[in-house]
Amino acid sequence: MEPERKLRVLVAKPGLDGHDRGARVIARGFRDAGYEVIYTGVHQTPEQVVSAAIQEDVDLIGLSCLSGAHLHLFSEVVRQLRAAGADDITVIGGGIIPEEDIPRLKEAGIKQVFLPGTPIAEIIDWTRKNMPSDSPSLSTA
Amino acid sequence: MFDEKTLADARQGLKEWEAEVIKIAPDLAAKKRLSTISDLLVNPIYTPEDIRDIDFERDIGYPGSFPFTRGCQATGYRGRVWTFRMFSGLGTAEDTNWRWHQLLKEGETGLSTAFDFPTLMGYDSDSPKARAEVGKCGVAIDTLADFEILTKDIPLHEVTTSMTINPPASVLWAMYLVAAEKQGVGCDRVGGTIQNDMLKEFIAQKTFMCPPEPSIRLISDTIEFGTKNVPRWNTISISGYHIREAGATAVQELAFTLADGIAYIQDVIERKKIDVDAFAPRLSFFFDSHMDFFEEIAKFRAARRMWAKIMRERFQAKNPRSWWLRFHTQTAGCSLTHQQPYNNIVRTATEALAAVLGGTQSLHTNSFDEEYALPTEFAATIALRTQQILAEETGVVNTIDPLAGSYFVESLTSRIEDEAWKYIKQIDDMGGMLAAIDRGFPQREIANAAYRFKQQVDNQEKVVVGVNKYLAEEETPIEILKIDEEVEAEQVKRLKEVKRTRDSRMVSQALCNLRDACRSEANVMPCVIEAVRAYATEQEICDIYREVFGEYRDPGFF
Repeated sequence: MEPERKLRVLVAKPGLDGHDRGARVIARGFRDAGYEVIYTGVHQTPEQVVSAAIQEDVDLIGLSCLSGAHLHLFSEVVRQLRAAGADDITVIGGGIIPEEDIPRLKEAGIKQVFLPGTPIAEIIDWTRKNMPSDSPSLSTA
Repeated sequence: MFDEKTLADARQGLKEWEAEVIKIAPDLAAKKRLSTISDLLVNPIYTPEDIRDIDFERDIGYPGSFPFTRGCQATGYRGRVWTFRMFSGLGTAEDTNWRWHQLLKEGETGLSTAFDFPTLMGYDSDSPKARAEVGKCGVAIDTLADFEILTKDIPLHEVTTSMTINPPASVLWAMYLVAAEKQGVGCDRVGGTIQNDMLKEFIAQKTFMCPPEPSIRLISDTIEFGTKNVPRWNTISISGYHIREAGATAVQELAFTLADGIAYIQDVIERKKIDVDAFAPRLSFFFDSHMDFFEEIAKFRAARRMWAKIMRERFQAKNPRSWWLRFHTQTAGCSLTHQQPYNNIVRTATEALAAVLGGTQSLHTNSFDEEYALPTEFAATIALRTQQILAEETGVVNTIDPLAGSYFVESLTSRIEDEAWKYIKQIDDMGGMLAAIDRGFPQREIANAAYRFKQQVDNQEKVVVGVNKYLAEEETPIEILKIDEEVEAEQVKRLKEVKRTRDSRMVSQALCNLRDACRSEANVMPCVIEAVRAYATEQEICDIYREVFGEYRDPGFF
């Protein structure tokens, strides 16, 4: 039998915003839950995020933005993923995001938006339920 | 501080109290693990025994006297209350200038500038990297023309201004100096602060441009220039705030901040050969005030005591002003919750009170809506009023360092100091803060603390009201400030106009001179001022820094 492939997650910080506490905590949360995690570090352009996602062959991208530029940056990542034919990669996001922007983000192709205070377990649960390739054998330690 | 009999009585009394508690409250006696928000264990009660090693004269003393545990100024808030300094900036220079005038009218006593991300990172508003960020997180500044609008009709000889700016600190400072000069206020009369603290950027805030070594050199250039030419300016604000916000504990915040301070002083002494007493009195600090009330008060007291020792003993400073740790405080942005946002008013008030009891010189209080966006005028006014209520209604300003002598607070102050010295020793052993950052040491310590706290909140070991306890069935929506999308276009238009009308030969010459200064050991500040005066853009100047010094890439620790 082929060894089971771990789901690969890219945690990314698009834009000039340096607030990375949330991104790093989520990255660690995913890692502790058994996922393969790549973290881009801060100050990534949407192009860099998309290129890292393709090179690393990830299944899921988690975007974090606290600067108010989320509408443009998140949408741009999805647009460029589609342009590169990589729209099988699921994109989720979080940060300082007013509720009224959530429908617009979803319309742009962001599958889910997590607001401040969300427990890590809730994000992992969402991933389990919504990522078809996610293996049920992955379990939180 | 106590004689043997008092201590023996205290030990006996504590035993009796514990025996009594076991009878009436077995749960309490079961030694339930209680800790501060930073996870320092705390006892249910403190007695003289807990401060037996504290010597009043040596460790506590009087305000205005070494080791300044009780404050730098002998007169405390009786001489002068802290400066009400609200961090503020939004949209265009016009928008921010208007908000500043409003705040001053409402009784604010000092200005503090929030720049947008492109300005913070040294990019102009027309850079592709600035897309959708212009004016969002603060005010957009590209050239002196913007700065002149920003400071229009602000009396720069009276009011002091703090600018939260780091990699491009030299540029924004130059703009301030030239704008003031155009108002007829010379370098000898302007007062204010530039944050200009790059080490904490690599450690925590991540607004970086060039690598650590040249970043430190630019800081030493500004300190040297300020020491010689701008005597009322604080050329650096050594900041723990961002370290804490990134998830550090109170001890880490304190230790890493002081270790950063040590690194800056060493560099100025070695690189510039300036006597420590010539520049140390203008070093200032900036701390966070978080939710754990007594831990914060203890941290502020410990900070003053430690810095006084560092300056007198380690750097042999002779001038008592060099021993002072003067600091600004901001209430903890990371303690604000998205859920039930009005509760944030109470959080901010509590944190502000801790900062005041800890003796801050200057204070920013967050607005309750900042988990959503920049504050509305309504929310910012409540935040300012919070400070005014503390200063004028509560009576906490009447007595200096009122918690001195508290068994708990004194014991916690010493405990935090001891723990912070351990970190400083570790960093010294690594070869100083630059070497420690290179190894990722403070970054990893903070990441661990941040993750631990998140786990404690997720498993309800630490309560955050409205987030993991007392949840609302339905959230009440609040009004949110929106930055007009037109700001970007307007700003780009103004930038084009400035570029069209300036003398481009003067700009090129100034940038050439700056490049030469960067490559030599000359102080860059005169060249930056020359460039700014010629209306060179912020990015044109920062591109020279990037070209000569290179760019730093985030190692991406998590």
